[in-house]
Amino acid sequence: MSPTARKSFSHRRVRVTFGTLLATLILSLAVLSGSSAAVAATDCVADASTACFFGTIRDGAAGIDILVEGNGQKVTVKTTADGSWNAAVTVAGTYTITLDPKTLPSSVTMKGEAAQSRDVTLGARAGVLFSTQTTDASGEMTSSTTTTTSVTWDRFLQQAASGLRLGLLLALAAVGLSLIYGTTGLSNFAHAEQVTLGGLLAYVFANVMGLNIYIATIIVVAITAATGYFQDLILWKPLRKKGLSLNQMIIVTIGLALALQYTFQYFIGASTVRILQNNAEIVNFGPVTLTVQSLIAMGVSVVVLTLTGLFLLKTRTGRATRAVSDNPALAAASGIDVDRIIRLVWTIAAGLAGLSGVMLGLVLNGINWMTGMQLLLLLFAAVTLGGLGTAFGALVGSLIIGMTVELTNLILPGDFKYATALVLLILLLLVRPQGIFGRKERIG
Amino acid sequence: MDGITKILYDMSAIALSPATAAFAIAAIGLNVHFGYTGLLNMGQAGFMLIGAYGFAISVMNGLPFWLSVLVAIAASLVFALILGIPTLKLRGDYLAIVTISAAEIIRMVGRSSVLNALTGGSNGITGNSYRDPFNSLSPFPDGQTTILWFTYDNTGVNGWWIRIVGWSLVAIFATFVWLLMRSPWGRVLRGVREDEDAVRSLGKNVFSFKLQSLALGGFLGAMGGVLYILPASLQPDSMGRSMTFFIWTALLLGGAATIFGPVLGSILFFALRIAVQGLAGLFIPSSIMNSQQTEQFSWIMVGVALMLLVIFRPQGVLGNKKELSFNA
Amino acid sequence: MPDLSTNSRAQLAQVEAVPGSSKPDPILTVDNITRRFGGMTAVDVAHVEVQRGVITALIGPNGAGKTTFFNLITGFDKPSSAPKLFGGPSRALAAKWVFNGRNMGNVGASKVAQLGMVRTFQLTKALSKLSVLQNMLLGAKDQAGENFFVALIKPLWIAQEKANTDKALELLERFKLLEKKDDLAGSLSGGQKKLLEMARALMSDPVMIMLDEPMAGVNPALTQSLLGHIQALRDQGTTVLFVEHDMHMVRHISDWVIVMAEGQIVAEGPAETVMSNKAVIDAYLGAHHDTDLGDDSLLDEGVSQTPEKVTKDPKIDQETHS
Repeated sequence: MSPTARKSFSHRRVRVTFGTLLATLILSLAVLSGSSAAVAATDCVADASTACFFGTIRDGAAGIDILVEGNGQKVTVKTTADGSWNAAVTVAGTYTITLDPKTLPSSVTMKGEAAQSRDVTLGARAGVLFSTQTTDASGEMTSSTTTTTSVTWDRFLQQAASGLRLGLLLALAAVGLSLIYGTTGLSNFAHAEQVTLGGLLAYVFANVMGLNIYIATIIVVAITAATGYFQDLILWKPLRKKGLSLNQMIIVTIGLALALQYTFQYFIGASTVRILQNNAEIVNFGPVTLTVQSLIAMGVSVVVLTLTGLFLLKTRTGRATRAVSDNPALAAASGIDVDRIIRLVWTIAAGLAGLSGVMLGLVLNGINWMTGMQLLLLLFAAVTLGGLGTAFGALVGSLIIGMTVELTNLILPGDFKYATALVLLILLLLVRPQGIFGRKERIG
Repeated sequence: MDGITKILYDMSAIALSPATAAFAIAAIGLNVHFGYTGLLNMGQAGFMLIGAYGFAISVMNGLPFWLSVLVAIAASLVFALILGIPTLKLRGDYLAIVTISAAEIIRMVGRSSVLNALTGGSNGITGNSYRDPFNSLSPFPDGQTTILWFTYDNTGVNGWWIRIVGWSLVAIFATFVWLLMRSPWGRVLRGVREDEDAVRSLGKNVFSFKLQSLALGGFLGAMGGVLYILPASLQPDSMGRSMTFFIWTALLLGGAATIFGPVLGSILFFALRIAVQGLAGLFIPSSIMNSQQTEQFSWIMVGVALMLLVIFRPQGVLGNKKELSFNA
Repeated sequence: MPDLSTNSRAQLAQVEAVPGSSKPDPILTVDNITRRFGGMTAVDVAHVEVQRGVITALIGPNGAGKTTFFNLITGFDKPSSAPKLFGGPSRALAAKWVFNGRNMGNVGASKVAQLGMVRTFQLTKALSKLSVLQNMLLGAKDQAGENFFVALIKPLWIAQEKANTDKALELLERFKLLEKKDDLAGSLSGGQKKLLEMARALMSDPVMIMLDEPMAGVNPALTQSLLGHIQALRDQGTTVLFVEHDMHMVRHISDWVIVMAEGQIVAEGPAETVMSNKAVIDAYLGAHHDTDLGDDSLLDEGVSQTPEKVTKDPKIDQETHS
């Protein structure tokens, strides 16, 4: 876009451009609408006379039998290709929902209860979760909850490697979050949705359209970077000019996050999708087992983070970015085009988040509409830990958080791993609220 | 026109539902936080969930009803202290980050399979296991009653009893907040919202007032949580981040820093969402948008509505632009 | 009470006009207070005392550290030289300041105010979305209704509220803000906000009031009466310490002047003595020392005839005087 075009565009009223933003968002995902057909097959609409049970068998496939029984009703449904199912009943009350384990694929076994009891009221939808686990070709357990065993040196190394991997991938997204905070003062609660967007777009290009994964990744990064550019153009810059307070902007990012999450669900559905179908090869380093994908992802992450660091330290624009981060008013006074820097920061941040999403999707064996949302907490913890607004702090914070989360798995069940990250954050705020690398604010 | 009538019926039914009352109470709590004190609590659903767990688990372990309610209150107060003490001396964003995280943690720990025996893991807790002590308090005889076009059981799982209790609580808590906000105590909170340093320079312990505000709003959140699960079941996954955001939308829709804003906002929020979903279902052919997508569409609209509200009408329906809780 | 004030002023006449001189009856004694921001030292005061019951002016060029000094004394900032559990400065060199016989290190800002040292801010902090009267009422101290449980029952606090309201209205009247009492504080002009802030500070009957540029942006028609208020405060026994750029005001009402430059106290003494001090002229007046420092006629008779000036941004005011 030429500078003049950009200028005339940004001068339009917020009201006009707002619709354009939504259109862009929906358009950018319109490609995906084909994939939603599967969801439509077995639908249940909750209304005044109907209640719905629904769920997704996490590692599921088509054709698993689910039996819903109670209050004189008996409904049997089969899961669709993505493992999701819906069952309608017409009387409120308590039902027993049973999964027939015999209909599970051979690689999947039941982990939790196969029969569960649920209440439902008319007009409501009740989710039923069946916990299963998969044994895939690599022999790695990919169940959602890892059971605790004793701490061994081998397990420690394995978890540390996973921690490093998670930390590096988080860092990609966290650096962007931190840069946005540094230059605009905004805590962007929709940043994690950029991560999800990256992963889901990679699914569309690599899986649905069958492109080579590297080409797909490049396209995804380009598209997500563009969403960052246009977000600032259409939304954030006009709002800054309109003089919205930071609190208002934070709530706008929350609204955006909400809209995006359901937009993803609208097009992709609630199930987890995999970017690559084939199972990855694995490499052993002594006791540590990693997939080739993980190794490549970590490598890419290190390279991209290094380039970002060099950009910030060595280039003129990078130095200008840090100057804006330090003191926007002073930077503007010394002739730096603050708006241009902020636009660039949004673009880079969104692109990095998209890349992070692609690689997280590859490494974590799939991505769904809420992958990003679950990471947001870790991202904020990482950024706060390092010191809000310091890009290098975000990197260190991410590594610490990644390690903490994965090493927690050694002694605590998987569900507690995020809790440790939060405890760490709260303790840090008590003793050093400005973060590891943050500077104390000048008060009064 | 049949479809329209049904949508109108659904809208009126949801406006009266106990879930809406529960939301209204949680929104009143959030209003104390944000509307009056300027605290960015992004984890109100966490307060609801911790109250719900506290109540349900207590009842299941044989505690009497009122003691269980006290446990719920105590749990929310402890939660407020844990979140407030490290963050309330810092910039507003820290509270937002810590509350949003803590709410998620409560949910994740609650649904952990390790705690299956206590919290029911990801399946949650069925309503039957904690509902009886509440329903046995009902003074109504068995049977059904029809008022206007609504027919519900007198007591039952989701009947008139819970509706009457729910909306009475809304009225009680709204009055409670009104009493507080007209007092010197409420004046200090509003002062804190405007400028902490100024209030500090006048000799008020700002930290203490913020903590009191966080605890009060959290207590209201917990009460909303208990009310929310009584007619349904305790599902940790339905009380996650989205719920917090819906409460925010409801509050801003009605108008922050007003007494009736959160109540009106909750009613409008649910009724309008049902209307969007119903109308989309009626008029958009299912080849373009199937019925599941109409629901998602209605939630997308919630997100967009939240953005538009904050940008163009931050004072909501009832608020006064001059006494806006957002600082310029 | 007037006796006390007259007496205090009389005592000052005996005090030697050198930096850090000791006063016969100091209300505030400050030792070894330094504050560094990164590499820059904003405040580095070895010793200073403020006499009780008089008006003391704190003057100095921009960046001299006056406001930072205020922040430190009132608990809004912490000195770099504060004593620490480990590795801090030695006891003799650690920051220590005593107000009214009480050691104030580690006392929080709100507690400082409760102890009777109340301040105003250079950039006004009127609570813009509260009415003028509400702003005033917030200033009153020891309000029973500020307790959560008492607040719920109106009869428990309404009597005190009434008394506070009366006092607030009286102060507003004195500061010519009475007709604005129901307006939102945000709608006041810059000068009116300054007045409101000062009136609000007086709601708590402070022992010592610290005014950060009370005159900046105030309508000249009001300055005369404002000066009268400040003098009346002193005559009732309140100690006043104020930062000001306006030389007329300093000369007109201050009993003692302390001059800061580059974080340090460079001179002290009665206004006339200080104004002619070489160090002050060098440090404070710099190249402008031959410019007219003030036209005293403005402060004498005929104030009411002065045409109303548009209230100025305090920052602009600073620059014109520096």
